[in-house]
Amino acid sequence: MEKSIKKYFALFALPALICFLISFVIPFIWGFVLSFCEFTTITDVTFVGFKNYVRAFTVDNYFTHAFFFTLAFAIVSVITINIIAFALALALTRSIPGTNAFRTIFFMPNLIGGIVLGWIWQVIINGVLAYFEKTIAVDAAYGFWGLVVLMNWQNVGYMMVIYIAAIQNIPTDMLEAADIDGANYWTKLRKIIIPAVMPSITICLFLTTTNGFKLYDQNLALTAGNPNHQTEMLALNIFNTFYSRIGFEGVGQAKAVIFTILVAMIALLQLYTTRRKEIEN
Amino acid sequence: MKKKNISTYILLLLMLIFAAFVLFPILVVLINSFKGRLFISSEPFSIPKGDAFVGMTNYTEGLAKTGFFSAFGYSLWITVASVAIILLLTSMLAWYITRVKGIVTQIIYYALVFSMIVPFQMVMFTMSKIANMLSLDNPVGIIILYVGFGAGMASFMFSGFIKGIPLALEEAAMIDGAGPVTTFFQVVLPMLKSTAVTIAILNTMWIWNDYLMPYLTIGTNYRTIPVAIQYLRGGYGAVDMGAMMAMLVLAMVPVIIFYLVCQKHIIKGVLAGAVKG
Repeated sequence: MEKSIKKYFALFALPALICFLISFVIPFIWGFVLSFCEFTTITDVTFVGFKNYVRAFTVDNYFTHAFFFTLAFAIVSVITINIIAFALALALTRSIPGTNAFRTIFFMPNLIGGIVLGWIWQVIINGVLAYFEKTIAVDAAYGFWGLVVLMNWQNVGYMMVIYIAAIQNIPTDMLEAADIDGANYWTKLRKIIIPAVMPSITICLFLTTTNGFKLYDQNLALTAGNPNHQTEMLALNIFNTFYSRIGFEGVGQAKAVIFTILVAMIALLQLYTTRRKEIEN
Repeated sequence: MKKKNISTYILLLLMLIFAAFVLFPILVVLINSFKGRLFISSEPFSIPKGDAFVGMTNYTEGLAKTGFFSAFGYSLWITVASVAIILLLTSMLAWYITRVKGIVTQIIYYALVFSMIVPFQMVMFTMSKIANMLSLDNPVGIIILYVGFGAGMASFMFSGFIKGIPLALEEAAMIDGAGPVTTFFQVVLPMLKSTAVTIAILNTMWIWNDYLMPYLTIGTNYRTIPVAIQYLRGGYGAVDMGAMMAMLVLAMVPVIIFYLVCQKHIIKGVLAGAVKG
């Protein structure tokens, strides 16, 4: 059977592969090569070794700042999103009226696109700050916490859905047995529920971390990096390096390579932890 | 019994507060879409009445400034066409690389998996150059870019499912004289339905909301909804917040309708995507 399928490479595999080559493989390799090149014009390109990688950090301190800003944002938003999402999941798996309606409402913001979300929250945050005669562009702290609130608003429902599915998979006889033994709610939570949903916690932690690191649209629409690049995250900094200064394409590409390595490391760490858990079980 | 009632009410109250937190921003945007642009910044949380109420002015101005209806058309066409072609081409690719064992298919598989973790910023500059060189910078060409960039996740998920299908079914079909084409389209493809729904939903959410790729490749001539909304910001001028509010409402309405109609599939799809991705 394998042999007869093999002859059909051109029909089954080739169309998708051509698209994959055009939009990923060639741009990826070309981009990697360009990160070692300097542009004098768009067609005149010379090899410069690691110069772009050095310039990424030395030409200004925005990239370094963006890294720490992104890191701080990722840490704060990962913690808040997962705690709130888990608490909501616990609440909605108990018998309170209207759980389905609540789930529907809480998940909804997840479908709204990043640009739309950013503008919605810009109105709300500027509206609140207007009482103090300020705007979000005044202080980087407003932008930071604005992004955190926005990210929570968007992602809490998604993570909640994952946690709810995990909690509902816990065998009820286990919880009933604990009830008979006289365990209170906190004991059940610590000894049964949290250990049972641990795989989902791992998934959600990584999902929120990657979402936080890759954030672009929301950052652009909410603050656009204002004031003075102070709320610029990594993805936005890379975009601005590419497109707002002529001759910096190589530096932008070098930053993109560093960014890719960073994101890939998070993904590999995720693969490693989930694989290890699978073997343990 | 009484104690249980009290804790239920407290929980219910907390849930209602959180629901208000979720719905409040959407409501504010809706209210402000009927308010004059100066009143949006001075009194964003009040009900528009008297001078502040401008009726449908924001909507008519916003529609004129953004060309929202054509943006809606481009978004719809690009999303539907890309998702349909992704489903067809990647299911075929996934079946081929799962059934034909060899070094080449192994390399293809790992390249596809690798592409899933690479952020768009890595390829955006060179991809938009290539799109320009190959004349893919139009609403038809961009579909090829979406198929290529979405191929990783879709093939990975299809291939994961195909690995679990017993070979005997396909072998039986081939012994009965069916060629690979008939076998794939009549035996394999129907079994991929639930995975296809998941992939369709994840890709619809991605492509419909995507901003950077259409902005960089086709943004100057053809604006999708996210590009049209960001375009309102303009160069250095102030944003017309009235028109912005109206366009945000119009951008959210189709998404919310889609969500309420396909809610079950969406949540199932997102769950499956999270666990497998």
